[in-house]
Amino acid sequence: MRVLPSGSTALLVELDDIDAVLALYAALVDDRPPGVVDLVPAARTLLVVVDPERSNLGAVEAAVRSTTPRADARAVGDVVELPVVYDGADLEDVSAHLGCTVEEVVRRHTGDDWTVAFCGFAPGFGYLTSASGGWGIPRRDSPRTKVPAGSIALAGEFSGVYPRESPGGWQLIGRTELAVFDLDREPAALLRPGNRIRFVDVGTS
Amino acid sequence: MTAGRAVTVVETGPLATVQDAGRPGQAALGIGRSGVCDRTSYRLANRLVGNEAGAAVLEVTFGGLVLRAETDVVIATTGARCPGGPHNAPERLAASQQLRLGPPVTGLRTYLAVRGGIAVAPVLGSRSTDLLAGLGPAVLSPGTRLPVGEPTGPMPGVDVAAVADPTAGDLVVHLLPGPRRDWFDDTAWTELLGQEYAASNDSNRIGVRLEGRPLERTRTGELPSEGMVRGALQVPQSGSPVLFLADHPVTGGYPVVGYVHDDDVDRCGQLRPGQAVRFTASHEAVDRRAGRSSAG
Repeated sequence: MRVLPSGSTALLVELDDIDAVLALYAALVDDRPPGVVDLVPAARTLLVVVDPERSNLGAVEAAVRSTTPRADARAVGDVVELPVVYDGADLEDVSAHLGCTVEEVVRRHTGDDWTVAFCGFAPGFGYLTSASGGWGIPRRDSPRTKVPAGSIALAGEFSGVYPRESPGGWQLIGRTELAVFDLDREPAALLRPGNRIRFVDVGTS
Repeated sequence: MTAGRAVTVVETGPLATVQDAGRPGQAALGIGRSGVCDRTSYRLANRLVGNEAGAAVLEVTFGGLVLRAETDVVIATTGARCPGGPHNAPERLAASQQLRLGPPVTGLRTYLAVRGGIAVAPVLGSRSTDLLAGLGPAVLSPGTRLPVGEPTGPMPGVDVAAVADPTAGDLVVHLLPGPRRDWFDDTAWTELLGQEYAASNDSNRIGVRLEGRPLERTRTGELPSEGMVRGALQVPQSGSPVLFLADHPVTGGYPVVGYVHDDDVDRCGQLRPGQAVRFTASHEAVDRRAGRSSAG
């Protein structure tokens, strides 16, 4: 663990990999040090934001350093099932890249245990990683200017769901009718760091 | 229920939005904090009309707002001083009376609090318009009727608050080393602290783009996106830093070379396009390092 300065109200904790971030994040969510207002996991870092009126960086750093990461972070999150129609425009390209059939891509995507590692890009957009890994999907050469809301996509080791229409360079493999971000629902965001996601093939509709 | 207490936006000027203290605690969901750019002026505006600390106000960018009272209201403006009414002082606006804010003398953003608070529907716990994420109330447009809440506390008994206007000259702010200070050598750091930057025309609530001699990185390659807070000084490929304000992205993929001290960030929210800004080294980083080594 390396603790890097991030101004007068935050610390950036740098860790070895995504699983180490998830493990520390899960532990700090369970037992949040006083005065911590935000915890922002990312691919290799966890940003710890402190309310300077309630604590200070030294005390929070000591609390973070003495926290035992949750080794079982991938096994404890809420499970969210996402019904998917696998008819994405890039499904053929993804199968070619993986050297398998389209059916095999769907079987792998639905068979993997995915976990929301972190969010970003847009409200409610989760970066999902699977315990088994081995995806390694390149981004599209030219990003699309419009990716429809609900698109299920792959890039690198990540899978994701576009919460709303936006530009995007990920490879599209399907779509879900379930809104992953809905301001009229509580909670608005379905994909929260640590949540486990199961993709369910619902056939074509 | 309020008996129709309201104000109506007649003209907006270049940009006017509803803002409050923002959406803390949701950054892990990709939802940024947002909220007012100048928190100090915001708090004063609410205090002057006896509002609770988190009440929603109007953030007016470079004046131009015309507001009509639909019912008798008490208002106060703070931040950038616009000709057209008292400033840093509560003021009564009778029903059908209009307030017209001219272009500010100094500074960029004026905060207009109405006693009782702007009572539009909150989104994810806040009435702030986040221009980057597209969350919260719509950007104000002429004809928008804004409901006003019931007063919750007494008036403070203050006629005028004695606070300085935003500076018209060079703004000097304290800079701390950021998480990726080591992507730059000492020459670049000295260059950052030694030169005068100008706030660019492209600046907005997301960040202030700074024009100056570009900074060179010593380390190349990609940085996985990482979380940041307001005050982050990020250096994109161009070498021209961006100083992030209220609507900054939750995570960013360019190295953050430094952070403006939180006490100075509000004043950066008052930088006008073309205004000069300089950084001076803050000693707080030294204090933190000392604290850490003594803790073992």
